[in-house]
Amino acid sequence: MEQYEPEPYGPLSRAQLAATRRSLARSQGRGLTRRSMLRASGVGALTVGGFAALSACGIPPAKRSGDAGAADDHSAEEKRLNFSNWTQYIDISDDEKHRPSLEAFTKRSGIKVKYTEDINDNVEFFGKIQPQLAAGQDTGRDLICVTDWLAARMIRLGWAQKLDPANLPHAYANLSPQFRAPDWDPGRAYTYPWTGISTVIAYNAKATGGREITSVSQLLDDPALKGRVAFLSEMRDTVGMTLLDMGKDPATVTDDDFGAAVARLQKAVDRRQIRRFTGNDYTSDLNKGDIAACLAWAGDLIQLQVDNPDIRFAIPDAGYMTSTDNLLVPAQARHKANAEKLIDYYYEPPIAAQLAAYINYVCPVAGVREELAKIDDSLASNTLILPDEAMAAKSNAFRSLATEEETAYEEKFAALIGA
Amino acid sequence: MSTSTLTEAPPPVPQPQSPEQPVRRTVPTRRRLVPYLLLLPGILWLVVFFALPLVYQASTSVQTGSLEEGFEVTWHFQTYWEALQEYYPQFIRSLLYAGTATVLCLLLGYPLAYLIAFKAGRWRNLLLVLVIAPFFTSFLIRTLAWKTILADGGAVVGALDALHVLDVTNWLGWTEGNRVLATPMAVVTGLTYNFLPFMILPLYTSLERIDGKLHEAAKDLYASPATTFRKVTFPLSMPGVVSGTLLTFIPASGDYVNAELLGSTDTKMVGNVIQSQFLRVLDYPTAAALSFILMAIVLLMVTVYIRRSGTEDLL
Repeated sequence: MEQYEPEPYGPLSRAQLAATRRSLARSQGRGLTRRSMLRASGVGALTVGGFAALSACGIPPAKRSGDAGAADDHSAEEKRLNFSNWTQYIDISDDEKHRPSLEAFTKRSGIKVKYTEDINDNVEFFGKIQPQLAAGQDTGRDLICVTDWLAARMIRLGWAQKLDPANLPHAYANLSPQFRAPDWDPGRAYTYPWTGISTVIAYNAKATGGREITSVSQLLDDPALKGRVAFLSEMRDTVGMTLLDMGKDPATVTDDDFGAAVARLQKAVDRRQIRRFTGNDYTSDLNKGDIAACLAWAGDLIQLQVDNPDIRFAIPDAGYMTSTDNLLVPAQARHKANAEKLIDYYYEPPIAAQLAAYINYVCPVAGVREELAKIDDSLASNTLILPDEAMAAKSNAFRSLATEEETAYEEKFAALIGA
Repeated sequence: MSTSTLTEAPPPVPQPQSPEQPVRRTVPTRRRLVPYLLLLPGILWLVVFFALPLVYQASTSVQTGSLEEGFEVTWHFQTYWEALQEYYPQFIRSLLYAGTATVLCLLLGYPLAYLIAFKAGRWRNLLLVLVIAPFFTSFLIRTLAWKTILADGGAVVGALDALHVLDVTNWLGWTEGNRVLATPMAVVTGLTYNFLPFMILPLYTSLERIDGKLHEAAKDLYASPATTFRKVTFPLSMPGVVSGTLLTFIPASGDYVNAELLGSTDTKMVGNVIQSQFLRVLDYPTAAALSFILMAIVLLMVTVYIRRSGTEDLL
């Protein structure tokens, strides 16, 4: 959507306007009119792009053999790394010119990092890199950060490179137990988490009239919230939270469970209880109070609370969803060893603390508490960044889905959110 | 081509051995090729960025498969029928919203274009710049700004509520309770705002071309200002009306940003479905088929419109 900027009319000068006028006035009666050209080129295009051309196209199947995506590694001779990440997902200096942790990495390792914030949305980013990966080409990115279900899909399609544990001593030792064995990448052969993301309930106390909102049932049924509730457009978060509220486990979700959760949400949509399904843009609506209560990502809330003390959050008794954003090396990437060095660097507790203090998402690195306390005591005791045991016990993950399942579920969910 | 040959200087006297040979045969070939050479860059551009993607999309729409197995052309035309059956509400909604926005653009844009063309005097250039000025910021930012303008507790909604306008729009189903955001009205407002300059500029161009003497002549013949407008100004501005409505309606019917940011689940347009099928569900054939159906519907409507408005020759 960021690219959607149709600007066919730049500012027209007088001369250009005059030229437009002339062309409108004079196209009549010439041997070569615009219309005859259109007609001719239309016929031409149809002939050229005939049926033969149609059948020549197609999308090749994804390579699925174990490590087909491995490429020649040029890390030794090219001290470079292209790292694609989400916007505002790394520490940055106050004047916004430096990225301290990244610059320290370059200083130490000699690897120049080209850091690009070109990920705004998982599905859009996948749409962007999919053609190259499907054609077996290098995407020009050595390291990307994608949410777990997309990481799972890329591993399934053979579009991720296996990491070498020998290059990842810190990462191997320091990864929090909570994140060690997701069902889509057991033992973390392909990915390491950049952050953990907790999906919780958030509300604007001013907009709810001071009432606490503590469960998904309340979001779905409370008439006082009618038309001022938002859910997330991320399927696993919205359906997962609803499943938990219904007493089902998202880790073992069946087709029936999924259908029941979607039906429950659909009822709330039909009653106009739910205003919208949002991406990150819920933050401004919640801040203004247009949305009184919603599902939200905890990292955003810590930021929002700084500016607006009315923003509160609640962990439902039924539990909450946790997902991760993961670093992975896409197939055919040229600098895998360099990428591994960077992953390992961010698993050193002082560096991890520096990052967590800035971005406020769940830190996946064990032993970071002391380091974080050195930076800011309040962060170290914030359970949204470092979950305590009670909180971790309520954490749930959505089970990984097979291709057909994923398609079927996404289709149902798309129908729920209107498109 | 005949016009250009006639305006040529007379060629040297024909050789006596071929007296019947027509004059035109001697025009140098190079000269005849010039228009085509001038067209070449444009044609190439169209082939690479329009024709080829279109062929590719046409092919995708008749493929079947999945990302893992790959997609193959199986001439599965049923995708079109299924897509139409499944998503006809969104098609109808798109055309309805785009049509409403176009009419609103015309109602808002015509008086403004008229003012700029006939009454603005030395302010004309400034006003034109102001019409174009929104293009200096991104489409997305401009649309997001409407979320603030139309915010639930904002001045606009407050005023509409106080004037009981919301009661009427609620009754019509355009708004919902005491809010405008996340309703059809917000989406149509966004569309109207975003495409208004595309209406004003062609209108201005064709109004500005009208000879002021025609107005004087109408006055001399005792036509009232209203009659002058009805019988002289408006008919002469028809090319602007037609191109303005086309430039508004066509992109508006395929838009998805306004519905995404200002709308709700029941205001999604075809653009949103295509985006969702392409990116979320990864059903590329359905997404491609939907694009083609939209293209066909719009093409058909535009053809009928141009024929009926009788301005074919003016376009």
